[in-house]
Amino acid sequence: MGDADVISLDDHRDDHDHDHDQVPPGFSGKLSDLIGAAQRFVTGLAELPMEQLRTVADDPLRELLGLLTRAGVDWSGTTDDVADYIRHRMSGDYAVDEFGFDPEFTTTIVLPALRQVARTWFRVEVQGAENIPTDGAALLVANHAGTLPIDALILQSVIFEEVERHARNLGADLVFETPYVGDFARKIGVTLACQEDAERLLGSGELVTVFPEGFKGLGKLYSERYKLQRFGRGGFVSAAVRAGVPIVPISIVGSEEIYPQIGQLPTLARILGVPYFPVTPLFPLLGVIGMIPLPSKWIIRFGEQIATDELPQGAAEDPMVVFNVTDQVRDTIQHSLYELLNQRRGIFS
Amino acid sequence: MRVRVILITGVARPLGARFARSLAADDELEVIGVDVLPPKYDIGRARYVRADIRSAAIGRLISGSDVETVVHLGMISSPPGAGGRSMMKEINVIGTMQLLAACQTSQSVRRLIARSSAAVYGASPRDPARFTEDMAARSEPRSGFGKDAREMESYVDGLARRRPDLVVTVLRFADLIGAHADSALARYLSLPVVPTPMGYDARLQFLHPVDAVTALDLVTHTDLPGTFNVAAPDVITLRQALAVLGRAAVPVPTPMAPTVAFFGRQSGWADMTGDRIDAVTYGRSMDISRFAAATGFRPAYSSRSALEDFAASLRPGRLRVPRVGELLQRAVETARQQQAGRSSGGTDG
Repeated sequence: MGDADVISLDDHRDDHDHDHDQVPPGFSGKLSDLIGAAQRFVTGLAELPMEQLRTVADDPLRELLGLLTRAGVDWSGTTDDVADYIRHRMSGDYAVDEFGFDPEFTTTIVLPALRQVARTWFRVEVQGAENIPTDGAALLVANHAGTLPIDALILQSVIFEEVERHARNLGADLVFETPYVGDFARKIGVTLACQEDAERLLGSGELVTVFPEGFKGLGKLYSERYKLQRFGRGGFVSAAVRAGVPIVPISIVGSEEIYPQIGQLPTLARILGVPYFPVTPLFPLLGVIGMIPLPSKWIIRFGEQIATDELPQGAAEDPMVVFNVTDQVRDTIQHSLYELLNQRRGIFS
Repeated sequence: MRVRVILITGVARPLGARFARSLAADDELEVIGVDVLPPKYDIGRARYVRADIRSAAIGRLISGSDVETVVHLGMISSPPGAGGRSMMKEINVIGTMQLLAACQTSQSVRRLIARSSAAVYGASPRDPARFTEDMAARSEPRSGFGKDAREMESYVDGLARRRPDLVVTVLRFADLIGAHADSALARYLSLPVVPTPMGYDARLQFLHPVDAVTALDLVTHTDLPGTFNVAAPDVITLRQALAVLGRAAVPVPTPMAPTVAFFGRQSGWADMTGDRIDAVTYGRSMDISRFAAATGFRPAYSSRSALEDFAASLRPGRLRVPRVGELLQRAVETARQQQAGRSSGGTDG
């Protein structure tokens, strides 16, 4: 038995030696290829036009513009615009308002991009655009859905397309706590959803968009789709009543299907400090790819304005009046959501 | 006619000296400047009295000189060289208490003006865009100058309750900035590379010392009881401010900000306490309509021009505007030349 063991061990050792002696031909081929490539790279480095490299390092922006020109970008007419824009941004020579809204950035960068998404990805159909006020303050109230507030962005873009006005979204405090998100939100005109800011914006004649469902609407499961959640305490209504501005109910169909939430991970949400952690058929399964919104077909309907300036004095402090108007707005949105769902042939068409 | 006697605390520092100088130019006023250190700046015809507001001597000075108006500018916003934070707290809190006690018992004093700060509002993501005087801080400053200013205001309120015959005015100043400004924020902004909160772009609001003196002057000459915000009307973001100053920003993740600030404090570069970190993270701005309505005050400097005044007195930063503009100009010209070359080449071919 002992002999047999020794022999078998020797056999193994022989095998190893064999491996070391004769490298498989395929592998040695690759290795020599690699070495050759490295040699070519090193000699290539020496042959690089150092003069040219130095000019690139000297003025990278100019080289970049030059490369883009060679790649066929047509600068005529836009050169000055682009340069002006970059110069403004780099020298801080642009204006933000008291809320941190940056109109230059919004109209030059964000809205054109959103317009493309709204047109080609979601194929947004707009109904009742004549109900968007072309001047003066108004409170726009919309349903909120879709896990991420894409609907707020698309709505802002659509309103700008229709009446060339920047609708100012009101956002939750979580938005402003989150790095980058809060910064971006302020730049495109979002401010905190609080009575003071709403009244300040309405007082200066702005269009103000609120999503009274908040995270309750945004984070609801797919099985709950198009069922309006609770509308809070009606704080938005008393702001509108106090300012005497009309309320425009807005129904958005399509936002529910962009990230169909089939479940949630509450523990992970607690750890990350977010209101919910969504599970969709593609996320977190496919990671970043799962974060691409599904191309659902959207319909946005602007309902008829609800006037508040004819309400009696002190109506803003009267809970009965406020609840009645809140219910009226909520019912209008819910009804037209059902109507629009009937109009739509399919989720994606 | 009897001359009015005005006592100003904190004349060793720039604002106190500037205000004393401007008041003393008026023949009908007798101006007494008080501080523990002799004034470094010209206080004009004002009389300097070396006194510590933390001692009972201030009471004797007030009653002995028949002081009619007390202007309290003696709060300090960063720890003095020696003594650190506990010394700062003692000067701010004990000093104010002692001064107010002297005012309360005095027969001659009939007006008190106290300089407070926007720091009393704190800074948080739950803040409204603009603070009016009636709004409370959403997250109360728990450390540093903000806390001291709150305590000072509560003592001043107490005095106003006990002596209703006194005219008590509190002015909440935005951060002072102008040529040669020397404050914690000014030192922070003028670092060669400025650590900034990653993913945030705070709204900053400033007040030029010239405007601060104008505001103090207004309330010294009229009876205007109450609390007022005093600031430039506009806001400028931290990123814009750094562009104006030509400073490079180094983004620091916010959880690491206190550590970075700690090293900054230890090395004496910039005294960024917790409440100041919040202010450059979430930003803060004040509504100034109440003071404007009461006095017709219109600041001569905007936040941006006050900052530009400061920038002009600094050594220009590496990323200063002319340099950036020059690079861009060269880039645009090259792009145009290449464009011209390409199109003329095209017609030839």
